[in-house]
Amino acid sequence: MAPRSSTRPRGRPRSRRIAGSVASLALASSLLAACSGDSGKPELVWYINPDAGGQAAVAEKCSTDEYTVTTQVLPQDASQQRIQLSRRLAAEDPSIDLMSLDPPFTAEFADAGFLADVPQDARAQLEEQGTFQGAMDAATWEDKLVVFPFWSNTQVLWYRKSFVDKTDLDMSQPVTWDQIIQTAADNGGKLGVQANKYEGYSVWINALVSGAGGQLVENADKGVDLDLTIDSAQGEDAAKVIEDLASSEAAPADLSVSNEGTAGSTFGGDAGSFMVNWTYIFHNYDETDPDVADDIGYTRYPQTVEGEESRPPYGGIGIGVSAFSDNKDLALEAAACLVEPENQGINAEMTGNMPASTAGYDYPALAELYPDDLRQLFQESVDAAAPRSVTPYWSDISSSLQSTWHPPASVNQDTPPESQDFTQQVLEGGRLL
Amino acid sequence: MSTTLQRPPADVSAKPAVSDRSKAENKLGLTLVAPAVVMMLLVTAWPMGQALYLSLFRYRLTAPDDREFIGIDNYVTVLTDSLFWRDTWNTVLIMVVTVAVELVIGFAFAMVMHRIIFARGLMRTSILIPYGIITVVSAFAWQFAFSLNNGFVNAWFSWLPWIAEDTNWFGDHWHAMFAIMVSEIWKTTPFMALLLLAGLSQVSEDMLEAAQVDGATWWQRLWKVILPNMRAAIMVAVLFRALDAYRIFDNIYIMTRGAQDTESISFLTYRQVIEQMQLGLGSALSVLLFLSVLLLAWLIVKLFRVDLASARGEG
Repeated sequence: MAPRSSTRPRGRPRSRRIAGSVASLALASSLLAACSGDSGKPELVWYINPDAGGQAAVAEKCSTDEYTVTTQVLPQDASQQRIQLSRRLAAEDPSIDLMSLDPPFTAEFADAGFLADVPQDARAQLEEQGTFQGAMDAATWEDKLVVFPFWSNTQVLWYRKSFVDKTDLDMSQPVTWDQIIQTAADNGGKLGVQANKYEGYSVWINALVSGAGGQLVENADKGVDLDLTIDSAQGEDAAKVIEDLASSEAAPADLSVSNEGTAGSTFGGDAGSFMVNWTYIFHNYDETDPDVADDIGYTRYPQTVEGEESRPPYGGIGIGVSAFSDNKDLALEAAACLVEPENQGINAEMTGNMPASTAGYDYPALAELYPDDLRQLFQESVDAAAPRSVTPYWSDISSSLQSTWHPPASVNQDTPPESQDFTQQVLEGGRLL
Repeated sequence: MSTTLQRPPADVSAKPAVSDRSKAENKLGLTLVAPAVVMMLLVTAWPMGQALYLSLFRYRLTAPDDREFIGIDNYVTVLTDSLFWRDTWNTVLIMVVTVAVELVIGFAFAMVMHRIIFARGLMRTSILIPYGIITVVSAFAWQFAFSLNNGFVNAWFSWLPWIAEDTNWFGDHWHAMFAIMVSEIWKTTPFMALLLLAGLSQVSEDMLEAAQVDGATWWQRLWKVILPNMRAAIMVAVLFRALDAYRIFDNIYIMTRGAQDTESISFLTYRQVIEQMQLGLGSALSVLLFLSVLLLAWLIVKLFRVDLASARGEG
C-alpha cells in the first residue's frame, strides 16, 4: 500500500480548490472589513434589558442612512445587567455604544467615568418634552445629566375589586400598610410584595422608609463618607411594616422568595387581595386569566404612616452612551432620537413600561390601553416617587440591606440599627458582603 | 494475591545505565514538551500570582483611582469576619454530608452495575445520566421540584409529618440546605459510583470465592474482603468528590442565591469579585480558597494513610 502522503485526495482538481480557497479568503476579509465598520454605515450597539420588543422596535425606528442601531439583550436581573456592563466598560470595551441603565446604577457608572455627558441641546429637548423631575434627578450625577431618561416606572397598589367588596375598606381614600395587612388577614387574603433577597426587596425597604418621611442615606455627594440614616424612627416604621406582614396571616407562604412574578401569581390566585407592583402588571392577566383582568382595581401606593404621603418606588430605564464608544457622537444623536416622546410611547405600548415624560404619555395608543385615571395615577406616582439614593455605592448599600433585612420574618425593631452598623462597616471595607 | 497488587521492587538506588540513544530521546522529549509546560505555567501560575498580588490592595473595579496598597489587611478582614466562617461551615457541612451519602448510595449503584447480568448497558447508562446533565440545568430542575408554586415534592411527600402542602423549601436555612444537598447528591452520585465500580472490578473473584467456601456471610465478605481491597479506589473517590463538593457554587446560585445563610465559600468569593467588584478582597478570598483546598486534599490523603497503616497493623 502506498504511503498516505503520496495519494491525491479525491474530489475537485487542485487548481479549483486553490481558487476556492482564495475566494473564501476574499469573502472572509470583506466580511471582516464590514464588521470593523471601515466600510458601510456604522452599527451602534444598544445593550438593552429584556423586554417584549419595545426597545428593538424603537432601535429600528431610530436607524438612519448614517447609522444602524442594533440591540443586544442583557440578563434579566438588574444586578446582573450592572455586572456585565461594568466589567466590560472597566476594560474600555469600544463595542458598547448605548446601554439601558437601571437608575440606581447610574451614579456608579458616571462616577467611574463610563458615561458620556448628555449634550446641552439634548437636555433642552428632554426638558421641553416634560421629562419628570424624578427621572431627571435619577439621570444626574454631580450636576451633569449623564443618561437620557427613557421610561419611568413606579408602583401602585393593585387590588382585587371582588375581595375589597367583601370588606369595609374604602379604596377611594389613601390606605396604609397596616390597613391592607389587617384587611387581608381578616378576610383570608394574601398580600403580594417583593421580599426575596434581591434588589426588589431594597426597593420596598426604600419606599417604606421614604413613605415614613425618612431616607436611607444623606449627603450622598460625599462619596464613601456619606451619612447612613437607616437607624432612625422612619427606619423603625419601615421595619414595623415588614415585621407585621411577616407575622400576619396575610403573608404568602413564599414571602421570603417572592418577586414581581410570584407576587403576580399570588394576586391572581384564589387568595389574591392586594399587591404592590410595577405598571406593566395591569395587562398581565389579559390572556391568561381574563376574570382576574376584569377584577383589578388600583390606587396610590400604601402609606407607611397614616397621614404621611406615600412615596412609591421609582424605577425605569435611562439610556447611557459609553465614554469608550468609537462612535460617541453618533450614539448621542441616536440616544436623543430613542427618547423622543413618540418612541417612549411606542415602547410603553409594547412593554407596559411607562414613558419618562408627560409628552410620552400623550401617545394615543396609551389612552386605549390604560384608563384615564390609571394613567393619571401613574404620573402622580412617578412625581411622588422616592428614588433610591443616588450614590456610586448604592449596590453596597442595597446588598447590605438585603443581608440584614432578609428573611422578612427576622425583621424587628433591632434591624435598623444593626443594618446601619453593618452597612457602615461594609462601606469602610471592614466587612464582607 | 493477584499480580496487579504487587509492589515494584523497593531498591531504587541502583540506577540503570542510560544509553546515548535514550539520552537523546529524553532530550528530544523535553524539547517537544517545553512549549506546553511554558503555556501551562502561563495559564495557571500567572493568574495565581496575579490574585496574590491583587489581594494586597484595596481595589474596586468601578473606582480604579482609589486603589491603595494595604498589605495583609484584606486577609485580616476576611479571617475576622463571621460571614467567612459561617460560609466555611456551610461548605464543610455540605461536603461532609453529600460525600458520606454519595459514598453509600454510590457503592450500592456500583454493586448493581458490577453484578447485574440482564440489561447491563441500559442499567449503567441510566445510573450515569444525572452526571451527564449540566449542573445549572439540574439545579433548575430541583428548584422547580421544590418550588412552592409548581413543585412536586410537597404534593408527593406531604404524607410525611415534616412536609406540608405549603412547605417553603427555600424559606429557611435547613430546608434550603436540604434541597441544595439533594440536588448535589442526585447530580454527582453517579461519578462516585463510576469510581467505585472501577475499584470493585479490581477485587479478586478468587478471594471472594475462597471467603465464601470458608463460610463467610455476604456481610463479612463485604467488610473483610471487598472494602479493604478497594481502599485505594475509595480514597480516590472521596478525595475527588470532596474537593468537588468544596467548590459547590452552581446549585446555590440557582436555588437560593445565598439567601437563608446557604452561601458557600465559592459563592462568597464570586460575590466579592464579580458582584461587588472588590478585586482586592475577592482575591484574598480566592487565595484562601486555594489554600483551603490544598489543606483539604492533604488531610484526606493523610487520613487514608493513617487508616491504611492501622489496617496493616491489625492485619
